[in-house]
Amino acid sequence: MTETKIEIAESAAPKAPLDSELTTQAERLVVIRPAPRWPHLDVPELWHYRELLGRLVSRDVVVRYKQTFFGIAWAVLVPVFTAVVYVIVFGKFANFPAGDTPYPSLVIAGVLPMQYFASALTGSSMSLAANLQLVTKVYFPRALLPLASVIVPMIDFVVGLPVLLALMWYYDTWPGGAEVLFAPLFMGLAFVTALGLGFFFSAINVRYRDVRYMIPVFLQVLPLLSGVMYDVAAIPTKWQWILAFNPMTAVISGWRWAMLDASTPNPGQTALGVAVAAALFLGGLAVFRSSEPRFADSI
Amino acid sequence: MAVVIEAQDLSKKYRIGEFRAAYGTLRESMSYAAKRLTGREHRVQDRDIWALRDVSFEVPEGQVLGVIGRNGAGKSTLLKILTRITTPTTGRVEIRGRVGSLLEVGTGFHSELTGRENIYLNGAILGMKRREIEQRFDAMVEFSGVEKFIDTPVKRYSSGMYVRLAFSVAAHLEPEILLIDEVLSVGDAEFQRRCLGRMEELSSTGRTILFVSHQLSSVAQLCDRAIQLESGIVVADGPAAEVIANYLHQTHSAGTQRVWDEDAAPGNDLVRILSLHALSHDGMPPGIVDVRRPIGVEMVFRVLRSGKPVFPKIKVLDKEGAVAFNAMDTHERWHEPAPPGEYTSTAWIPGNLLNEGTVSVEVAVCSVDFPKLEHHAAVYEALSFEVLDPGEGDSARGAFSGQWKGVVRPLLEWTVEER
Repeated sequence: MTETKIEIAESAAPKAPLDSELTTQAERLVVIRPAPRWPHLDVPELWHYRELLGRLVSRDVVVRYKQTFFGIAWAVLVPVFTAVVYVIVFGKFANFPAGDTPYPSLVIAGVLPMQYFASALTGSSMSLAANLQLVTKVYFPRALLPLASVIVPMIDFVVGLPVLLALMWYYDTWPGGAEVLFAPLFMGLAFVTALGLGFFFSAINVRYRDVRYMIPVFLQVLPLLSGVMYDVAAIPTKWQWILAFNPMTAVISGWRWAMLDASTPNPGQTALGVAVAAALFLGGLAVFRSSEPRFADSI
Repeated sequence: MAVVIEAQDLSKKYRIGEFRAAYGTLRESMSYAAKRLTGREHRVQDRDIWALRDVSFEVPEGQVLGVIGRNGAGKSTLLKILTRITTPTTGRVEIRGRVGSLLEVGTGFHSELTGRENIYLNGAILGMKRREIEQRFDAMVEFSGVEKFIDTPVKRYSSGMYVRLAFSVAAHLEPEILLIDEVLSVGDAEFQRRCLGRMEELSSTGRTILFVSHQLSSVAQLCDRAIQLESGIVVADGPAAEVIANYLHQTHSAGTQRVWDEDAAPGNDLVRILSLHALSHDGMPPGIVDVRRPIGVEMVFRVLRSGKPVFPKIKVLDKEGAVAFNAMDTHERWHEPAPPGEYTSTAWIPGNLLNEGTVSVEVAVCSVDFPKLEHHAAVYEALSFEVLDPGEGDSARGAFSGQWKGVVRPLLEWTVEER
């Protein structure tokens, strides 16, 4: 792997008159070495490349709704449409358990994080293959690509948030108090889970394009296993614990608790979800970093 | 002089099996693994290929270093390691200063984004800070000549505008170290000319350049020093002219000199060619010819018996194998059958005739058997040498340093009248 050190020291002496106004910049020493045995996330290097991360994110945001009629309105239309179908099918026909929360609020509070997670996972899993030209021609920390793809759908999430706020106003269900501060933390959990899986699948996708077909199937069943259209607290405890292995269950229950004053999630189950998310993140990162040196060779 | 690139024992191993599996599906890999586990299929001999082996070199600041070698010698792998696209298997490199390579021209351009957005994106990809891009933005736009369309998505650009914009971003990166792979550089002749022009401009301002090329004449012209790679190993390192001469000596089956034993000499019962020699002017290493100077093709042949009138002939070909010209000695002494004996004939190809590049020569001793020429003794790919334009302004190319097409490069006489 490579490392980048910034040497502010010694002469950044003007060698050429061409850019004399820029010679104040620090001279960079780059050391190129074989990949380390133990993969880690090189945070200082990521920080050094933060501007590129910003550019990649803004590129994807700008391009995302280019040449569409509704544009960014899709960020509202997609969760609303999904929620309407869920409310009619699962709320009216099937009478899914909703606890004390109004069913439409319950559903939209599940759909929004799930929508985020689905976009983030799809985007990050495809990120390396989609940026083939960059990967084979220029050096930058490859982790920026899945990272940018996990940040981009946050914009959609924020744009879709007023739908939930409108329902909260309509049903007059407001956060109980300080627990609203936990809301970003639960989204952070979704972020970490998506990033960990994104690391893993994007690295696998470099060699096996099967990933492209696996992800949609996975995302089709995931809402059912995360309690998007029902309250997890209302199902038998044994099943709650099985679903708790899925970090998105903790995200959605926690988010409802924080935003809608729904029932407090079981701390043990939440802790299990967090632990699984952490394991996915570390495992995904290890796979990503250890196959990173071969990306350009085998993409 | 400070060392700006220091490579120590660089090695890069590729596994052939890795290439084989690279595009496989998961199922193929799994069934392969299962078969191996159950012993139904032996492990495919994973052959390790060392693309680079213990390569060490140092480049002092301001030097222009050429890297030459055959296809597959490891030149591009070396460049990929230095640009950090791939990592070495062992060894290390220290690089001081910003690295740019013309490989990256247009990398990351997105067709949906405007010219302006692409400048910022591409600049960030190449490692420029926002402040630097802002400072150079106007210069980049002006250089590219697309001012009017800077807020139009680049998908509406013509390909020429696209390349100009991409190139102007890369050209304003102003790296301290420039890595150039001529083989991989894309684009048309005009674009390559720009690249070479930019390179000369940068080297004249004291930038360090590492130049990988097949064009030995460009290496000889631009580089102070060259290293030659052979199967991933540095086999020569020294002044560019010497390394190139050495390389030419090995690579061409032909060289600048050939000698045969009497019984192995090519020919028939009438004539045999004994030796060949390319005579270049002094001061140049063997195998390299100044485009402005004449070069002699010396042929020693023995006439065994006096049967037919024979004469020496040469055919000159460029590096693509196109025939530049044929020439024979039309002197009247060859009108009659020559008496047996040893003859030394030298054909002088004038200066300012051949174009730059690798030139090969075929020689023959023939007689006319209308409508054909009868070859009594002939050597194909007999000699070869590298013609080089030192760019001092007095060749047909004048002070221009870019690509100059044509099999020949004659210096014409120009007349002009002013009214």
